[in-house]
Amino acid sequence: MRHVFSARIGPRVFRVGSDWRRPVDELRALYRDYPDTAGEIPDFTVRLEGQSWFRRHVRPSVTIEGDYMLPEAVPLSLEHGLLAAEMAMNLQIALGERRYLLLHASSVERDGKVLIMTGESGSGKSTLSALLGERGWRFMGDEFALIDPQTGLAHAFPRPVSLKNQAIAVMQDAAGEARLGPLLKATPKGDIRHFMPRAEAVSAMDQPGAPALILFPRFGHARAIREMGTSEIFVRLTQASTNYVALGDAGFDALTHLVQSTQARAIDYPDTQTAISLVEELWAEFA
Amino acid sequence: MRDARLLASVLAQPAKALSLGTEEWTALLTMAHAERLSGSLAHRLKGIAVPDVAQRFLDRAILTAEQGRREALWEVEMARRALAPLGVPVILLKGSAFVAAGLDAGQGRQIGDLDILVPKADLPGVERAVLDAGWAWLKPDPYDDYYYRTWMHELPPMAHSERGRMIDIHHTILPLTARVRPDAAALIADRAALENGLFTLSPPDMVIHAVAHLLADGDLAGGLRNLWDIDRLVREHGTTKAYWQTLKDHAALHGLQQHVARALRLCHHVFETPVDADVAGEPRRADVLFAGLLLARNGWGRQVRGPLRMAFYVRSHWLRMPPLMLARHLWTKWRKRAGPVK
Repeated sequence: MRHVFSARIGPRVFRVGSDWRRPVDELRALYRDYPDTAGEIPDFTVRLEGQSWFRRHVRPSVTIEGDYMLPEAVPLSLEHGLLAAEMAMNLQIALGERRYLLLHASSVERDGKVLIMTGESGSGKSTLSALLGERGWRFMGDEFALIDPQTGLAHAFPRPVSLKNQAIAVMQDAAGEARLGPLLKATPKGDIRHFMPRAEAVSAMDQPGAPALILFPRFGHARAIREMGTSEIFVRLTQASTNYVALGDAGFDALTHLVQSTQARAIDYPDTQTAISLVEELWAEFA
Repeated sequence: MRDARLLASVLAQPAKALSLGTEEWTALLTMAHAERLSGSLAHRLKGIAVPDVAQRFLDRAILTAEQGRREALWEVEMARRALAPLGVPVILLKGSAFVAAGLDAGQGRQIGDLDILVPKADLPGVERAVLDAGWAWLKPDPYDDYYYRTWMHELPPMAHSERGRMIDIHHTILPLTARVRPDAAALIADRAALENGLFTLSPPDMVIHAVAHLLADGDLAGGLRNLWDIDRLVREHGTTKAYWQTLKDHAALHGLQQHVARALRLCHHVFETPVDADVAGEPRRADVLFAGLLLARNGWGRQVRGPLRMAFYVRSHWLRMPPLMLARHLWTKWRKRAGPVK
């Protein structure tokens, strides 16, 4: 294809081909700290295509294609091409990964031990992981945690964090302007800016860690901590996994081991300050 | 990489992979995935030294295929349990049949729906039994239902309400609107028994069915995988003169001699399959177009040769039903999609 970007993120190499220069330039800027993968065979291929020759040039709209596709993905405008690329890359690993058990979760590491946070969109797991990454933790990823069924270790998949709406200002305050990508206004998911992980987090992305604590955060409620039975934790994690079924036995064994060897709590928080103090408190107790 | 010739040649001769550079590997794996042949390719490349990342890709393909095989066999077993009390012959088709019978064609093959063939007279009982066992209609629309029951070679599609897997219950192998009318009773009479009480088609009829599906129905989209099925079937079974004679006789019986001949020529052209010259016949000029379409995939996994694909798309409708009937069908579908006039 005319414009090509490729990068290794954690253990996986992605290749993105595009009919337009713009999304590729934006990706290059956002992933400038990532290892150069020129001359490597990619694990996953993504294509950003015009619906037709005409729509490549007039009111260009980006269709997401690739090794793995959703049947009814809606095309995005070229201004949101970066978001299209990010969504497509997520889709490849979510549907295509077979080596690691994938949890739709953010993760951070301290002293070789890993905190996993999972919850639905809007739970604040992304913003929390980005914030913790500025406060002495190593950011491992805001979208997927990769659990190795053979070792039980969590592997990093540190993508730029896609900050939505109010979260943009939170990270501007915490880390300044330099590591923020372009503002994508009024996307289907609201306003979005991508936040680059620290260069140290990227250069350390090949180091896995042992899961020590799993949190199920929920934003917008009074401060609370709730214990859960192992079966509830297990079921919630199967729902958080995009490839649990596809992994078969290996997925079941990996998840059983994770649940039995790791503490888990549901936490509610009204603001980020409370969330951080909850995390530190539980971490001191269990990790 | 302008088309999928590289993929076809490595499938046919895995040792060719030894000399590939990075760019060719990338194209090969991407095309294999796009053609749903990555599991088959991974099996073919077992024991051949490949670069690390390619190995990762191939390991993933093998894991995926293995899990797919287990799920498909489980689905077969579920259908067997649901239908056993009826005492009706149940014949597995396509991928499920290949893996259940342990054929080469099943090695690494992706399997989607469960396809079975039963005698038309037994359809009502079979339909009731699968509904009782938890399968449910996917297309509750009355026109679709009417259309399937009147003109199709299968019941409207059903999916299992818990497992989500689809079952296609065939009573013959081509739509009743098609130009060709295979003899379903003969296919059923010649069936081959499996150990679990189910059946497959006889080895020559497996090829007949694959050919009917590839060349007499549909627009050949994703057809390289179907052609690979035929290559595997023919290579595994085509070791005796008797096989080829039966294949020829059955092709004539089902009105598919031209199609079978062309499929064999295409197999030979694309995968260097050894075929019986008497059955394959003389090359025809249009063979090149068919081969061009089957290989219309570039190194990015993108379909190429748009005009050729469009031509075959038109052809597929032409084959499927007479023009007036097609017009009526499209008109009804269009009116339904447009919705009630306000």
